[in-house]
This record gives sequence, structure tokens and C-alpha cells, in this order.
Amino acid sequence: MTTGLASLALLAEFPFESVYVRSIIYVSLYVSIIAVVLSTLVSVPIALVVGFTDIPGKRFIKSVINTGMGFPSVVVGLLVLFAVSNQGPLGPLELVFTKEAMIMSQFVLATPAITAVSLAAVTSVEENVRDAARSLGGTRLDVALVVIKEARYGIATAILAGFGRAISEVGSVLIVGGNIAGSEGVSKTRTLTTAIQLEARQGRYETAMVLGGVLVAIVLLVNAIVVRLGDDKVMG
Amino acid sequence: MVPAIDVSMPIQRRRFITALGTGAVAGLAGCAQLGGSENDDAPGVAGETLTLTTTTSTDDTGLLDELNAPFEEMYGVTVDTVAQGTGAALQTARDGDSDVVMVHARSLEDEFMRDGIGVNRRDLMFNDFVIVGPESDPAGIEGMGSATEAFATIAESESTFVSRGDNSGTHTKELIIWEEAGVDPAGDWYRETGQGMGQVLNIANEQSGYTLSDRGTYLSQRSEIDLTILVQGPIEDGPEILANPYGVIAVNPAVHDNVNYDLAMAYIGFITSPEGQDIIDSYEANGEQLFFPRALSEDPDFQQYVPEGWSSDSAEN
Repeated sequence: MTTGLASLALLAEFPFESVYVRSIIYVSLYVSIIAVVLSTLVSVPIALVVGFTDIPGKRFIKSVINTGMGFPSVVVGLLVLFAVSNQGPLGPLELVFTKEAMIMSQFVLATPAITAVSLAAVTSVEENVRDAARSLGGTRLDVALVVIKEARYGIATAILAGFGRAISEVGSVLIVGGNIAGSEGVSKTRTLTTAIQLEARQGRYETAMVLGGVLVAIVLLVNAIVVRLGDDKVMG
Repeated sequence: MVPAIDVSMPIQRRRFITALGTGAVAGLAGCAQLGGSENDDAPGVAGETLTLTTTTSTDDTGLLDELNAPFEEMYGVTVDTVAQGTGAALQTARDGDSDVVMVHARSLEDEFMRDGIGVNRRDLMFNDFVIVGPESDPAGIEGMGSATEAFATIAESESTFVSRGDNSGTHTKELIIWEEAGVDPAGDWYRETGQGMGQVLNIANEQSGYTLSDRGTYLSQRSEIDLTILVQGPIEDGPEILANPYGVIAVNPAVHDNVNYDLAMAYIGFITSPEGQDIIDSYEANGEQLFFPRALSEDPDFQQYVPEGWSSDSAEN
């Protein structure tokens, strides 16, 4: 939190760039949050299915998920670029150099991370909890909800891990987003990370440091919120 | 079902209908278009987006912000600038992902035109390259009148040289100079970074190395680094090989039918107009002019439209 305040104070010293910095923060949050929400909607059901059912090829799915966690982000960026480029299968949608393309690549990056950590959380829910839910006449959905409730802290950690990966990502968002800011200094596809890279390239280390401080502050803040939520639920 | 379309229909709605402009609403859209043509406030391209791929040097210097703002205001459009380096900028255009390119490597531009991807090339502006290095100048190239001699001397003394190594316009020029100098740059002293110009200047600064830089990026960054100009380009009476002309080319709509050709041509028109050229002429960083306008001339300059050395078989003279 103090880091957040410190970087806010630093921001105040750069009033001429406040529109620039604010729009960059907005783009970063917009892209990362939407990507993480979409990833979560996909990841948690996958984690539940893989965790609790004996589907064939389970080990293979797990190894795919684990490989996905370590998948190089620039390669993801490249693949998404091929997909959305005018020459690619999604070409007619004209998604290249847009936030939507950035969301796509961050979705691909965040999903394995969220799935893997959720899976670990879900499988660690004790057998007897599930048995109890089932013996009380719960449907499969009820059991799933009980498991999610029991594993909420782990799932929150998973979402956090996904968000951390998304918002601190540079390579892929640079490739598919193009690091665009308008002539008035309003960001279109420039994120905190790509802006830091650009400012450092031009030797403007002060601005780069401010943006870096903001990025760290956001990650810490989101961490704090999720930890807090987890605590509240445990107490309640 | 089809209501009488009043030409004074609110602009918002008219645009919406224009955007729909297909099949069932073709008639409506037609009326809307007619309405639009009677209203000078809403040119046909308003609200559209132009994607410009360009080099890091035009963007890092801040020139494009100055140039794009009045264009955006004049047409009510948005310019998305993607700064990539000449090689990547042209490749993005080849893939149909940009509408217009602004680059500085004539050999690559010519290839781009010869392949039919680029049309309507114009000379835009020029500046020059300079060879910069630490003030101590370990290789002793200061004041040399020849860029090739300076490069050969750097190679001979194996002084650190930081290369862009990114297929950019500057990198292309650097390779041409090495070739003319008869040197195949290799060894510990020669460092390919794959970075943009600004970053390479920072690296050269930190490693006390030499590098080839466009004058604009060097000037805009001079206050942050300790490198000094050791060999001047043609603007300061240096060798002609260090000239750095910029061209602007539209992407051929016959190859990529999704490109915004109208807007690309409007953009080329604006930046090569007296107003656009004035903006380039008066743009300064740290009190020095970075780019020199080149689009306007009373005399014909046919070479700007065609690949260098091109001549029509049927028009020999």
C-alpha cells in the first residue's frame, strides 16, 4: 500500500503526463481483467472436471496444462498475430493491433496458470467433504459448489497468478497490440509494460520508473484485495 | 417499413446506417450517403481509423504526434501508429495489416513496390545518419570525411560497435556501409542488439561504443547520453552515403482489399502538402531541426514514384 501511495505521489509530479499515464493504466487493467475473467470461467470448470472425474487421458491433459504454464509468451503473441492478421483465419474480424487481440493472447497465457493452480486447490479438498455433500443428497452441481467454496482460497490464488502473468506480460501484447498511443498521448493498446519498454528505449528512465511503480502498486493492491477477501470468507 | 429519410437525420444515426450498408439496408444506406454528401461537416472517412506502420525513428522523435494531430482533426479520424522498424513495418503492410507505411530504406521500399504491395510512393523528408561514439574516440575516427573509412578504422582497431541488428532502415544503411568498406563485421567488438535506435544509443553509451544513428533520434536523446558525433552526415557536409531519405507509400488495395486506401491517400496528401511539410520543417528537439521536408518541388521528380533505376521500355529518352 505504501508503494501505491509513493507512486501516486510521484504521479502528481508528472501532471503533464497524467492523461498518458492514466490511459495506459486503464488499458492495462481493461485487458488483463477481461482476460483473467474469461480465463477463470474456462479454467475452474476444467479444473473441476479434471480433478473429480476419471476421464481418459487425464495425465495427458495435466501435462498439457503444465506445459502451457511455461509456454513462452512471445510465441503465444506470434501465434495470436498469425490468427488475427489479415492473412490469418480471423483476418476478416480486423483484430490486429486492438485490445481484443491483446485479450486473446493474455487469455491463452493466463488460462493454463489458473487451471493448474485451481486444479491443485480443488484436488486438495478432502474426500470426506465431497462424500458429505453427496450423502446429503447434493446434485453434481451442489458438490461442485461445495468444492469451490472449500477451495476458494486456492482458486483466488490461481486467479491472482493469472492476473500477475497477464498484467506483467510484455512480449505478446507488444506483438499483437502494437504499443499504440494516439497523438494526444492517449493509449489505445499501450500497456504499463510496453510503455516501460518504450520509455526505457528512449532513455526516459524517470517516466519508466513511475510506470514501473504503478505496475508494482497494482499487483500489490490486487494481491491485498484477494488475500483480504479470502480472510473474510474464512471468518464468515 | 422504409421511412422517408430526411437528409437532416442526426449524424449519429446516419453513420450507423452507413456502417450497416449491406443487403437489406442498401437503399437506406444509399439515402444516408446522399445526405452525407450534402453535409460538409461529415466527410466520408470521419470516424475511421488509419493504421500507419513506421520506423522507430519517426515515432521516438515525437514528430508523428505533431503531424498526426492536425490530420486527425481535419478529417475526424484516428491514426494508429505502430512503430516497428522499416523491415517489420513493410512486412506488416505485406500482410495487409496496415494501410500506409512511412519508412527509410529505399532498397526495401523499391522491393515493396516491385512486388506490387506498395503504390503511390512519395518522397517525404530527409535527414542524415551520423556516426557517434564516446568522446575519447579510441579508434580515432573524428572528423573523417568518409563513412566507409571510419567503419574500416573501427573494425581494424576492434573498437566496440553496437549494431541495430533488426532489419531496420538504419541497420540496412549500416550493412551497406560495411559492404562498401569491404569489411565483414564479426567478432566480440561487433554487437548486434536487435533493439530500436533509442535503446541502441543507450547501449552504445553504456559500453562506450560506436554506432550509426539517424541524426533525429540522436539529437532528441543527446541530453541523456554522452556520445558525440564523430562523422557528420550530408546535412553538415558529410559524405553522401549517410543521407537518410524517408518515403511514404500506400498499400495497394488491389492486393489487400481490406485496407483503408482512401484514408491512406488522404494521409499521404496531408503530410506532403505545404501544411504538412511546414510542420516537418518547424519540428525541433533540443532546439535543433530533426527532419527536412522534401515532398514539394517546382521541378518534376519522377524517381520518387518508381523504384530506383526503373525506366519504362516504351518511353526511352
